Amino acid sequence: MSSVAPADLPVGKNLGTLEGVEQAEYAQPKTMRVKKQLTSRTATIASLIIAVLWTIPTFGLFISSFRPAELIRTTGWWTIFANPGFTLENYRDVLFSSSQSSPQLGSYIVNSIAIALLATLIPLVFASMAAYAFAWMRFRGVGVLFIIIFALQIIPLQMALVPLLQIFSTVLRPMQAWLHDVIPIIPEQNYLPLWLAHSMFALPLAIFLLHNFISEIPADVIEAARVDGATHGQIFFRIVLPLAVPAIASFAIFQFIWVWNDLLVALIFSGGTSDVAPLTQRLAELTGTRGQDWQLLTAAAFISIIIPLIVFFSLQRYFVRGLLAGSTKG
Amino acid sequence: MTTADLLGKILQVVMGLAVFAAVVGLLIFFIDKAPKKGRDYWQLAGFLTPALLFVAVGLVYPAIRTSILAFQDSSGAWTLDNFVWTFTQPAAIRTLINTVIWVLLVPTFATAVGLAYAVFIDRSRGERYYKAILFMPIAISFVGASVIWKFVYEYRSGEREQIGLLNAIVVAFGGEPVQWLQTDPINTILLIVVMIWVQTGFAMVVLSAAIKGIATEQIEAAQLDGTNAWQRFTNVTIPGIRGALVVVLTTISIATLKVFDIVRTMTAGNFNTSIVANEMYTQAFRASEIGRGSALALILFVLVLPIVIYNVNVLRKQREIR
Repeated sequence: MSSVAPADLPVGKNLGTLEGVEQAEYAQPKTMRVKKQLTSRTATIASLIIAVLWTIPTFGLFISSFRPAELIRTTGWWTIFANPGFTLENYRDVLFSSSQSSPQLGSYIVNSIAIALLATLIPLVFASMAAYAFAWMRFRGVGVLFIIIFALQIIPLQMALVPLLQIFSTVLRPMQAWLHDVIPIIPEQNYLPLWLAHSMFALPLAIFLLHNFISEIPADVIEAARVDGATHGQIFFRIVLPLAVPAIASFAIFQFIWVWNDLLVALIFSGGTSDVAPLTQRLAELTGTRGQDWQLLTAAAFISIIIPLIVFFSLQRYFVRGLLAGSTKG
Repeated sequence: MTTADLLGKILQVVMGLAVFAAVVGLLIFFIDKAPKKGRDYWQLAGFLTPALLFVAVGLVYPAIRTSILAFQDSSGAWTLDNFVWTFTQPAAIRTLINTVIWVLLVPTFATAVGLAYAVFIDRSRGERYYKAILFMPIAISFVGASVIWKFVYEYRSGEREQIGLLNAIVVAFGGEPVQWLQTDPINTILLIVVMIWVQTGFAMVVLSAAIKGIATEQIEAAQLDGTNAWQRFTNVTIPGIRGALVVVLTTISIATLKVFDIVRTMTAGNFNTSIVANEMYTQAFRASEIGRGSALALILFVLVLPIVIYNVNVLRKQREIR
């Protein structure tokens, strides 16, 4: 988990915005002059090479996912012009085919969304409540408590897995079985363990990040509300939450992507069936069992990475900020 | 997926949301209606209890319990066997060596490439797009990245045309195709490449922002003194971003020590590629060796600890200077 928070990174305030940096520099003619002398031709070529090297693997996967199975098996994707062929069959296969042997990704996509939704919401609400208390309710011992929670970020996930699984199987398993008896369409393996596990692991980082932000809210605002007779509940919902939206958005995006991309927690708490397992777990499983069927793997992999990529390109500002903050979570 | 399955899943989410909303609603209700006597404490408890409960059950207790399990055998008797196994069995020693190789190579190369790229594209046209390209892998899951690179490393036997890019290049230069992921020790290096591919974007973004923090006057002064680009880089840029460099190196080191998905997805730790984070999973959850798994988790914690403390110290010092 993170030991680096955005407020702590030794860089300017434009860190979070890939585009902000560029705007700032156009405003300064002086830097433009320096630019011309610094940017040599070698540098341009070198950066182009790195950029191409970094893109080619993903690009190859993308191209291949649209090629017919027979062509993928016999020719390299870079020969696409010599061996043309385009098909959506691979995607139809992995998404909609109901035959036993196909990946049937539909239910896993639903699982990924269902898991990520509540595994983002729960820690977000509980962490903002705790962050508010740590920032604005002054009591002896509260500061120490906050430092302890901050320090918990250094515990690797691996330290928590075995005992937590034991707790869940003694406490949650009977509840899940009971729920299955009462409402049969809810399978015995349900999302609850994953929601709880992800929420628990997210809290130290979430509390730390939101506390940084919430404690910066001007004291006058809070005091004024208190003088007007607002309760803590009202202050929290009407003043603190709306003001903390930027921090909440950054953390929410980070946590959503983190849960979406997670494999370790899913492997241990999901049970591995299509009732609960997320997309990543299915994809990892397919690389083991269907390792040679590249027409399936490429399409399945692309489906699993498309959501994070959309979030990345549409919400770049929050995304970069959130990811930098949580870059060592786990 | 049948309609009943889908309904069951939607129902679960709706119920989950409802229960959660009810819990939060009740909490806030009691916070506002807390008894007059000791009201402040009741309110504080209301705000803190859910988070503290989660952290206690999910992190504090499990971490203590894991530390104890590491020193017990399967019957619960105290023993050091788990650690003896880790430091004497050839396969386990190989796991430790691989981990060291990972934590040496990934931060070094990711930072070096990220820094070079950040310097090259600094204030160039289309900088934003250059950055997006290198940063993109961070958005992709490690599992997705593993599939992407497994395709690059794909091997076809005999005279068949290679469909993996790496083997195609080898063959084009007249070489014999290699089963990359099965060949020790090159396979560990190739897995490390995947992690470097993912982490370079992080290094680049942080270092690029740090480079922009260096005063233009400093660079111009150096230019007037007749320095060349390399001298300006080593004498002005590097000292100017030293703090950011340390943060990047330590952060990537921590992430590397903990990474599990890449090894799990690409080789499952076979062919001598295992690292501590992966071996912990294999021992505890595949081989049911809870003690060994716990010992490995504890070792991982001990490896991460000094880096984190160093990292936090550097950050605190920097804030004091500012």
